[in-house]
Amino acid sequence: MAKKLITVHVNGKAEEKAVEPRTLLIHFLREELNLTGAHIGCETSHCGACTVDIDGQSVKSCTHLAVQCDGSEVLTVEGLANKGVLHAVQEGFYKEHGLQCGFCTPGMLMRAYRFLHDNPNPSEEEIRSGLSGNLCRCTGYQNIVKAVQYAAKKLQEPATA
Amino acid sequence: MIPPRFEYHVPRSVGEAVDLLGQLGSEAKLLAGGHSLLPMMKLRFAQPTHLIDLNRIPELRGIREEGGTVVIGAMTSENELIRSPIVHARLPLLAEAAQLIADPQVRNRGTIGGDIAHGDPGNDHPALSIAIEASFVLEGPNGRRTVAADGFFLGTYMTLLEENEVMCEIHAPAFAQGTGWAYEKLKRKTGDWATAGCAVVMRKGGNSVSHVRIALTNVAPTALRVEAAEAALLGQPLNPATLQAAADAAIAICDPAEDLRGDIEYKTAMAGEMVKRALTKAWSRCV
Repeated sequence: MAKKLITVHVNGKAEEKAVEPRTLLIHFLREELNLTGAHIGCETSHCGACTVDIDGQSVKSCTHLAVQCDGSEVLTVEGLANKGVLHAVQEGFYKEHGLQCGFCTPGMLMRAYRFLHDNPNPSEEEIRSGLSGNLCRCTGYQNIVKAVQYAAKKLQEPATA
Repeated sequence: MIPPRFEYHVPRSVGEAVDLLGQLGSEAKLLAGGHSLLPMMKLRFAQPTHLIDLNRIPELRGIREEGGTVVIGAMTSENELIRSPIVHARLPLLAEAAQLIADPQVRNRGTIGGDIAHGDPGNDHPALSIAIEASFVLEGPNGRRTVAADGFFLGTYMTLLEENEVMCEIHAPAFAQGTGWAYEKLKRKTGDWATAGCAVVMRKGGNSVSHVRIALTNVAPTALRVEAAEAALLGQPLNPATLQAAADAAIAICDPAEDLRGDIEYKTAMAGEMVKRALTKAWSRCV
């Protein structure tokens, strides 16, 4: 089972690695690159705690092979903040108490990031169905909806300075 | 969680993929969206020693119209179906029903071709493809053949697809002006497979049904077309008596598996209910 040499652009940085074909992207990110924000909450592709952005789409990285990412752009939660300034979705979850244990949060943030890019002005119903691939044990989702609404509003503010 | 080891192949054309299937034989599996195959491998239900990734074959992608036919590449993702202006205008049933499949992340990867080729009675596209009178273009070492959706599904996880074939395209006639449609799916939660489901495509002539296709999801070892229900409706108006006759015909051919979604009696009764709801909605959408 020969390893394959791949180049993946993760959070803007080219990573050239030899990977075993069966290596799941989530394990590649966590164990090879030490990007341990993305989490694992199931083995049946339901929970979405492993959600990352691949080539402009939200994907559950537990159901994607690292070897399939050769040439891809991958964004993880560690790449959301810009020079230490939180992204609007991070700020929204913080301000609106959209997390408790924090285990689902990286996946929720990555999904919210892409969802708001695709649908900048969503209704509550659209937020709930848009984040339906992400389970949370702590919040009951209510404050996550508010967090996404906060971020949507913030993203539509005209850029200051 | 940990899939067994395998060799990975990335063909760039359908011909190359077919060649690989021929060389590697039944030890190889085609990898499409990977959202049924990888879950099975992670649980070691499936242990292919070679995966042939179809994701870098451009000819398997795209949605276009050819005359009155909509042609959908087998590697079209569920979200691409939902976003497609052609699917919205010509096959609105598919655009609407795809939103009931899985969740946003899964719909970015899972493909219509993979959903059909898997042959799982729990999947939605098998019944949908029967209702829209789709056909599938399959390429093997001897060239291409086209088979109808109605007749494609042989058993649980079994279809007419041969081990050395790749599904390339899904063809379906564009809905005629005024066509009504519906997909009613009973489920425990968003993202779950149906407890029972019913796809309907219908046209009206005057005040009676002039065309109808009815197909059921997850109430038998395969998706089912309900021809007796169609016969009960053709040339008739939709009223409580004809609705009940159609539901009864559907109930008569149900053969569901008992599981955590319910027992045989419940799933059968729900199939009848989904038939009634789908027919009522489709009728209301006929012009």
